[in-house]
Amino acid sequence: MEYKYELRNGCLTIQVPRELDHHCATQLRAEADLLIESYRINRLVFDFAGTEFMDSSGIGVLIGRCKNMRYSGGSVEAQNLNERVQKIFVVSGLHKMITVRPREDEKGAE
Amino acid sequence: MRNEMEVIFDAQSVNEGFARVTAAAFAAQMNPTVDELEDIRTAVSEAVTNAIIHGYEEQGGKVYLSCILQDGAIHITVRDEGRGIDDIEKAKEPFFTTKPELERSGMGFAFMEAFMDELEVESEPGRGTCVTMCKYLQKKGDC
Repeated sequence: MEYKYELRNGCLTIQVPRELDHHCATQLRAEADLLIESYRINRLVFDFAGTEFMDSSGIGVLIGRCKNMRYSGGSVEAQNLNERVQKIFVVSGLHKMITVRPREDEKGAE
Repeated sequence: MRNEMEVIFDAQSVNEGFARVTAAAFAAQMNPTVDELEDIRTAVSEAVTNAIIHGYEEQGGKVYLSCILQDGAIHITVRDEGRGIDDIEKAKEPFFTTKPELERSGMGFAFMEAFMDELEVESEPGRGTCVTMCKYLQKKGDC
């Protein structure tokens, strides 16, 4: 499986896979860490636009990257969460660690 | 009406998706809501991932998944014949994990409890673990 990454002005945006479970988490973690170590990243954005499923293995990956970014003084954000992923964030308390940005289609309603 | 299925598969991470999709597909005949299906998918994923990572410590083995539909509820059992759990109460505590080096969040059992109505864990060190979960579905289908 291939993941998509975008790097711009020290901001790394990661397109989270369709299903973020233990199986996908291993590769995502390795690739993200390689990029974070190789470039000066001060802002990490997880884009969940294409994500339909996430379980506690996904939580582990996100918390791990949070710790790494905090260590280097950077920030972590998540965007385009669907209802289910949002629920997973709330149940796990992840929304208190990561800044969650509203979905594109919710911005107009603000 | 009672309807039961069982699948046995290798303890490989690629089968985590297979297991949750299979359980959800079987549950679909009860006309569950989208939320209920998602809850089942998440809970099965947690239990199967535990069997693969903790039960078999990623060394392989067989995982047994069974689902029973009866009286508007789904009963799901995920069983492994791996190393077992030393302290079940400790394992159930949120954020507790024996494998922090793998970045396990320690939320597995907490998620199963949050998304299902009942959770029972039986384990014997050296023999394996059996997780039984039950969810009562709002809309009752033919079962």
